[in-house]
Amino acid sequence: MSQKIASDSMHINIEQLQQELNVEQREFNELQQRHFKVRAKMALENEALRKSFRGASDFLMGKRKAVFPDESALSALRDRGEAIRQHSLANLPELLERLEKNLTANGIQVHWAETADEACTIIHDILTANNARTVVKGKSMVTEEIELNHFLEARGIECLESDMGEYLVQLAGETPSHIIMPAIHKNKAQIARLMHARAQTSDGSQVPYTEDVDELIGNARAILRDKFMRADAGISGVNMAVANSGTLCLVENEGNGRMTTTMPKLHIAVTGIEKVVEDFSHVPELLTLLTRSATGQKISTYFNMISGPKKAGELDGPEQVHLVLVDNGRSRIFSHPVLKPTLQCIRCGACMNHCPVYARVGGHAYGSTYPGPIGQVVTPQIAGLEKHGDMLSACSLNGACGEACPVRIPLPELIRELRAEAVSPQFTDAAAVTDATAVQEVMGRGAKRTLGESLIWRGWALTHRFAPLYRIMTTAMTRGRGLFRSKAAAVLLSPWTDSRSTPQPARRSLHELAKARGVADQYQNNTADKRGDNA
Amino acid sequence: MTEQNTTAAASRQPRVYPPKPEAVYLLGTCLVDSFYPEAGMDAIALLQHAGIEVIFPQSQSCCGQPAYNSGYDEQARAVARTQLQAFAADIPVVVMMGSCAGMVHKEYPKLFAGQPEEAAAIALAARSYEFSEFMVNVLQLEQQLAQAEDQSPLTVALHTSCSARRGMGVAAEHKALVENLPGVQVVEPERVAECCGFGGTFAVKQSDISAAMAADKASAIAATGCQRLVSGDCGCLMNIGGTLDKLQGEKQGPAIPVQHLASLLYTRLNGGDGSQISQKRSQQYNKKSGDKA
Repeated sequence: MSQKIASDSMHINIEQLQQELNVEQREFNELQQRHFKVRAKMALENEALRKSFRGASDFLMGKRKAVFPDESALSALRDRGEAIRQHSLANLPELLERLEKNLTANGIQVHWAETADEACTIIHDILTANNARTVVKGKSMVTEEIELNHFLEARGIECLESDMGEYLVQLAGETPSHIIMPAIHKNKAQIARLMHARAQTSDGSQVPYTEDVDELIGNARAILRDKFMRADAGISGVNMAVANSGTLCLVENEGNGRMTTTMPKLHIAVTGIEKVVEDFSHVPELLTLLTRSATGQKISTYFNMISGPKKAGELDGPEQVHLVLVDNGRSRIFSHPVLKPTLQCIRCGACMNHCPVYARVGGHAYGSTYPGPIGQVVTPQIAGLEKHGDMLSACSLNGACGEACPVRIPLPELIRELRAEAVSPQFTDAAAVTDATAVQEVMGRGAKRTLGESLIWRGWALTHRFAPLYRIMTTAMTRGRGLFRSKAAAVLLSPWTDSRSTPQPARRSLHELAKARGVADQYQNNTADKRGDNA
Repeated sequence: MTEQNTTAAASRQPRVYPPKPEAVYLLGTCLVDSFYPEAGMDAIALLQHAGIEVIFPQSQSCCGQPAYNSGYDEQARAVARTQLQAFAADIPVVVMMGSCAGMVHKEYPKLFAGQPEEAAAIALAARSYEFSEFMVNVLQLEQQLAQAEDQSPLTVALHTSCSARRGMGVAAEHKALVENLPGVQVVEPERVAECCGFGGTFAVKQSDISAAMAADKASAIAATGCQRLVSGDCGCLMNIGGTLDKLQGEKQGPAIPVQHLASLLYTRLNGGDGSQISQKRSQQYNKKSGDKA
């Protein structure tokens, strides 16, 4: 088999392959600029993509189910997860101060960034102060959120993603399609082409073409190992930051997180402010909820607890450790009365694994760093409803995400709440809001309100509010039921009837049938009369 | 660590059910009203057979869910207020669909929070029950199905809507009612708990995604070889049934009639002529109207 692949690879014209990949990358970038619906439609028509996501969803749902065999134990654990996260949020300002104090005592330098740009600038400043030109990155969604790689690369600093999935996505010039499995949208053959065309070994030669998974990973491993040895700095995310002990916890499976945080002289950890927990005693339950919900693992292969730089006399570890605490809209979420539970999220990805919409359109359709249900909740809040409000309609409110969430974030309720914010009659211009913490409402509130739609709902309310009007409407519908098969109706109903038969009202409404059958219209409380009769 | 989300924790407590009442309201729902009225009539008949007086307020319309789920809270509230008035007396309310039951039972208290009608909304929510929930937990109907008139063999695929399954938590009640019908064999389609793609305005606003979900659900149901599709939610029935019709029209699938749970129960208990299967009825009508044209 491997011989056959080797002989096939001789016939692969690498220049042609590189050109093809360039075209694909251009198409990807163009598509990301378009409307949600266009991306969703393209994804639905892409059979390979549909297969990748359906397969991944089924696999991951099955894995999660298998490690949570006992429903009541799961429910109790979710209660604990919810309580721990709510406790963290209830005490967030104080816990962050305590975290800073204890991290500083441990020799970790703490930085605060209110915006994405501020976070990038802080990181860039730390790197330049240390003369760092090359960076290896452990997997970190918050650095995707603040678009750190672009920022640093534009300033001449090389950033290399070291998580296998992130590495592939970076090689393809794309963005992650899943927060845990960034390259889940790619199949083996696509990865083989990508590695062959774009990956270079340390001596500058091409990676041989192979579809063998172990060989593919071996090739990437060799390239990354070399980079780890040479990198000036490592940048990682954080899964939990423990306030009482000043410890940064990092969950991973590939060992790249440990390499990123221990091999270079400089380690910069980046996290959203919500990831703080008060005490180490909170960590085991959140950790087990995280790994079981994410990948169906009882525990991850690696669990790193970072509590400071290399001490005098120690051989390993970075000389400096920094933590950048990123707000980027989180304070605003924190002060919203209904949307606050958004910040309970531990980024496990279970909501997207269980979402039937995500399973069909995949992560890129959302056009945002965070896809799926949590993406629909987080993205409009940090990047505004104007730009990202459209994805809110891509939810049937079926509740599968809320049921899967290990910390019981009421995701469907939050999506509904954001829909209400999006069509609110009170418009808040995001550009006019200068102090992000001064207002509670979501950025771009009212941005998706249209005259047409609001008129439809007003008309709907009118006909359903007044009984006589409602009865006139249902009478018209039932008597004119033949019209549902007319050409005019065919046009009006086409979003429905393109893939379904035309629904037709009954000949008589239930109101009419009940009345004709003599079903009482009003409840007569005649208990007293009956008592009187009996006496 | 003392903070607990008490309201969320309370909503997860098992519901306590009242003894059999003398009278109940029937909340027909707007979809049953205009498209599946026989299901409402069958539910009324079942309740009356159990010795309960049924009240059907003529002033009822829609629970308000379509506007609420679209974010138009003010319009949803205006319509919901009409229902608060229509179902004002302190008797249980039996709701014909899981999604509307979820709206009244779970969402009304939120919708009216801080409004003058808050107390009335909380009270209505507390005495509202989804159809199968009431039939099983209040009437124990599942234990009284052995004497059903029609015991002929019938293979049924049961689709429990997401709002019935996850919102109201009544999947077991749905199942108990169908499984205990003599002669009825229940078959389970692949990915039974996955959404059919209806989702109200979702089906219109994201019609491509909705259609893809419906196609998968319809194929899974057709693959069971069932003779009938039964659900407690007419949105799902219209969605899956309509997709099955289309598949059949394109000769890609068998004809599978759809039926509300109440109609299945009534027809099995009382023989075939109580009510009819909605699809058969509409096909007969179409034939007639086609002749006229």
